Amino acid sequence: MSRRRVSPGIALTTAAMIVVGVGGPLVVDQFGLLQLTVFASMCILALSLGVVWGYGGILCFGQSAFFGLGAYTYAVTAVNLGESTVGIVLSVLVPGVFAALLGYFMFYGRLSDVYLGVITLSVTLIFFNLMNSTAGDVYRIGTARLNGFNGMPSLPTFNVPGNPGRLLDPTETFYLVMALLLVVYVGLHAMLASHFGRVVVAVRENETRCELLGYDVRLHKLLIFTLGGGIAGLAGSLFANWGAFVSPNVFSLGMTSQIIIWVIVGGLGTLGGPIIGCLIMQYLATELGTQQLANTSLIFGIIFLAFVLLVPRGIVPSLIAVRARLFGSPRMRPIA
Amino acid sequence: MDLAVVLALEVLNGIASLVLISVGLAIIFGMMRVINLAHGEFLMLGGYAAIVATSRGVNIWIAMLVVAPIVVGIIGVIAERLIIRVLYGRMIDTLLATWGLSLFFVGLVTTIFGNTVAGIGAPLGSVVVGRYSISLYRLVLVAIAAAILVMIYVVLRTTRLGLLARGTMENANMAAALGVSPPRVYTATFGVGAAVTGLAGGLLAPISGVLPTVGAAYVAKAFITVISGGTAIIAGTATAASLFGSVNQLLTYLTTPVIGEAGLLAAAILLLRLLPHGITGKLFRGSL
Repeated sequence: MSRRRVSPGIALTTAAMIVVGVGGPLVVDQFGLLQLTVFASMCILALSLGVVWGYGGILCFGQSAFFGLGAYTYAVTAVNLGESTVGIVLSVLVPGVFAALLGYFMFYGRLSDVYLGVITLSVTLIFFNLMNSTAGDVYRIGTARLNGFNGMPSLPTFNVPGNPGRLLDPTETFYLVMALLLVVYVGLHAMLASHFGRVVVAVRENETRCELLGYDVRLHKLLIFTLGGGIAGLAGSLFANWGAFVSPNVFSLGMTSQIIIWVIVGGLGTLGGPIIGCLIMQYLATELGTQQLANTSLIFGIIFLAFVLLVPRGIVPSLIAVRARLFGSPRMRPIA
Repeated sequence: MDLAVVLALEVLNGIASLVLISVGLAIIFGMMRVINLAHGEFLMLGGYAAIVATSRGVNIWIAMLVVAPIVVGIIGVIAERLIIRVLYGRMIDTLLATWGLSLFFVGLVTTIFGNTVAGIGAPLGSVVVGRYSISLYRLVLVAIAAAILVMIYVVLRTTRLGLLARGTMENANMAAALGVSPPRVYTATFGVGAAVTGLAGGLLAPISGVLPTVGAAYVAKAFITVISGGTAIIAGTATAASLFGSVNQLLTYLTTPVIGEAGLLAAAILLLRLLPHGITGKLFRGSL
């Protein structure tokens, strides 16, 4: 690790995160800060798919299943305990365990790429239907009513661990979310630079060869998928805390396609790409939401189609390729 | 006794609606190896076509059985020409592009019709079985679902068009060498798949109503059925739909619709763990 030079892109992204994290509250007002908080939470979600799909080569269309599961886990735990710390931990563990279970069936059944995509998507949609039909007093976990399509309002927000009365204010929440984003980003890069990470990328490149070299392909896929599920769950708890609200929309087709679009637009096979894609599309969605000219879904559909047909590699890898051509540095390998 | 009859009809109904929502997808996937993620939106468009036609004074049967498939079939042909063809052979890109298409349709329909439920009343009345009353229209749906499967079989087995289609899917280069134009066969296949989907969307509109986002409610079940069924269009769809329809309806009867849905998914994941290539990947090999 220590002998490897950190690439300029990673250094730049890390620096940018620290600058925004430290400087953000000084520059923007309360509303802007809340926006930045939700953007940063979504960036964590984007990273979770970025690593599973871009590095693990696993076509997961159900990242919002883990995201939503994390959000609901946080909501149910926080309502029951009146305290957030356990909820945050569980919001990583529950989706992680669920991802591991689902992954076991998919990877050990050796399902192919496309089937994986369809199964994960179906899982998300079934969660969506399930949660929508939990209206009524019967559907409660402990003291938490699930409320079906109305969602669960007025959730307890984050508090200082061990002190349920001391809630985090918006600035502190922002610091927390930015710190988590930084930890996830740097942590994922460290993971990818480790032996395990190398094997995961090798599996993406050529499964058969890895298997012949003695690596357990199924296990590596399962582990990276589980990790992605846990990170998405974390993003879910941040999102539930941000609005103090969670509804079945976290499982909706719109949500799950947003995550895919972030990664497609930003670029597969990078971690900076999903972050940039997420920021661009989130900004666009907010802007589109405030005007009535065109339906958000319509515009997103067009952008989605345009990128798949015209810029299949996404923004960041395309920029890297352009830079390589202009300055003659060694070209990046195209990412399948 | 009455209860048993009603329950049996419920199960048949569940199977029929699974067949309806998935058979168009099965045609496109089975023949072209294209996974059409805009499938749910094709169903939705079929529903809207039927509703709009009915509200303009067209007879409801004509609206469902003629207008809906024609409209969606044309949309399918256009989509194939503009998008699917460019990406042929790139399965994952096709998947993503059709996903974009699905968002596009949802947005477009929301812009035109608004985000509200539209519906038409189910035709025909109901029949009485002992102490229960059953909608006659639901029984007709069972018959239509069966008729669609029979029709696909007949077209594929006995007509020249079916022969060309099967030949092209088997070996496109050989078919081209013998004077068939594979691109035209692909367009036709996609169009037929879309038309059947539109027909299903039109037929289901009186039962469930239509909403721009209604596709999401269908698409998961359709994919599960097709993938679990495997590559054989008719045998696969029929067996998978029978299995999941029974699981879903019986669990729904015994517990709640929520458990029924979850049971369907659990059955599918278990099945794919045992038979990764679907039912017809192992059993009934070589059937249609």
